[in-house]
Amino acid sequence: MIWLNAVVQGLLLGGLYAIFACGLSLMFGVMRLVNLAHGDIGVLAAYFSIILIEHLGGNPLWTFAAVVPVAALVGYFLQRFLFDRALDGGELSPLLVTFGLSIVIENLLQQTFGANDQSLNIGALSYQSWKIATDVYVGRLNVIIFVIAVIVIVGLQLFLSKTRTGLALRATADNRRAASLSGINPKRTRSIATAIALATVAIGGLFLAMRTSFAPTSGSSDLLFAFEAVIIGGLGNLWGTLIGGIALGIAQTVGSQINAADGILIGDLVFLAILAFRPQGLVGLKSEVAR
Amino acid sequence: MTHLRLDRVTAYYGHLQALQELSLEVDQGEILAVIGANGAGKSTLLSLISGEQAPREGRVFFDDIDITSLAPHQRVRKGIALVPEGRHLFGTLSVEDNLRSGASTRRRGTWDLDAVYELFPFIAARRKHRAAVLSGGEQQAVAIGRALMSNPSLLLLDEVSLGLAPVIIRDLYAALQRITAEGTTLLVVEQNITEALAAANYAICLLEGRVVLEGKPDTLSQRAISQAYFGHDLGPSSKAAS
Repeated sequence: MIWLNAVVQGLLLGGLYAIFACGLSLMFGVMRLVNLAHGDIGVLAAYFSIILIEHLGGNPLWTFAAVVPVAALVGYFLQRFLFDRALDGGELSPLLVTFGLSIVIENLLQQTFGANDQSLNIGALSYQSWKIATDVYVGRLNVIIFVIAVIVIVGLQLFLSKTRTGLALRATADNRRAASLSGINPKRTRSIATAIALATVAIGGLFLAMRTSFAPTSGSSDLLFAFEAVIIGGLGNLWGTLIGGIALGIAQTVGSQINAADGILIGDLVFLAILAFRPQGLVGLKSEVAR
Repeated sequence: MTHLRLDRVTAYYGHLQALQELSLEVDQGEILAVIGANGAGKSTLLSLISGEQAPREGRVFFDDIDITSLAPHQRVRKGIALVPEGRHLFGTLSVEDNLRSGASTRRRGTWDLDAVYELFPFIAARRKHRAAVLSGGEQQAVAIGRALMSNPSLLLLDEVSLGLAPVIIRDLYAALQRITAEGTTLLVVEQNITEALAAANYAICLLEGRVVLEGKPDTLSQRAISQAYFGHDLGPSSKAAS
């Protein structure tokens, strides 16, 4: 039963990783930009929620309604005024710029809030659970996070496959030159991708803050897990990202069950094994037919 | 009326001067063939019109409006569409999504999915397939169809026949005739001189970034063309002389 329990907990944890990872994957797909500040932006969103609760009170759940739209708006203009310029500067500039942004965010948060751990208190929801089998209990919050993760992924997938803007994003991801020659505005498309990425990572950041404690420097490990989920699942495939998040989550919780300190290490080893033996990812396209 | 006008444009390909003070006028409904050897400046000329490159000097006018500083997607909205050399389809997208992406400008006109499928019936059957798995001829048809979906008034075609079988080239050129019947102006860049000259009602030949020969195709002699194309006479008399 303890193994079943570990797998179930890992599955639920994987949903959170998938929320973190889908925006990273989208931005890389559309503009080949690896946003090294992705995790830090999620943490920034959590601190934003803390400020809102301090001043306005109530259950942190309501802050989704404020933080997520603000994150999308910030993403739109961050792309327009910072990332777009970095992309014009060659291969290395985007990495340097997002790495710099990561450092700025972490230090700004430390300066303002101190290095102490914080968390978002959501009351009884944080410890209530459902019993699904003998000795297997699932936290209600974790189930909610997982369900939201699936909704986010399905919603994003529908958006990409059914809407004009989604088609523009897919076309741009496939061939930037042909996209602009087909009348697709590259700046607008990139800004929308970053807006979506920041909105989703804000959701992830808030959930993470409700689930565990966090600190100004938490963003780096969140970024790493998001990376691993994307690679395990396969680049440019949202279902893959969900599967990758789940695989990473299960690897970590099962690893922790073997030895409490080794969970993250086992997750990293699974990631390395995928890179070595199935670089296109679990759900990735076969390389000979991929773009 | 002059549909497209290039006014003494100079452009570079890397550090090399690709076009030297080139001027060009294309009237509405015309089919202009641009021929010339590799490196003559044909593709640079197209990139100046499609907006992928800005001229170092000179201006580009479309319907008498200066479009020199417009980006490619803005020019598509004005009605200039390019079918790029090598087709550049969205390989991971379905044929139908490739065509739909061409309609992102929402320009109105005769071309929509049904019209494109009617023009190229053989791609209608493959609408759900990923574009990457199509044959060369099918891909070229999708590339032309995608450009048509923006309902262009000026269609630019770069090396349409490159790498395709003669029978497919004939089909594609037959389709181009139907496209011009809708009033679309065509600018065809080709190394395949025969097809391009047969389709065109005006032709220019580029050599080292300049127009060295121009006129109605039936007034241009084989000898004049090969002289302009290669920059020297290849006829029997020149062989004897050298």
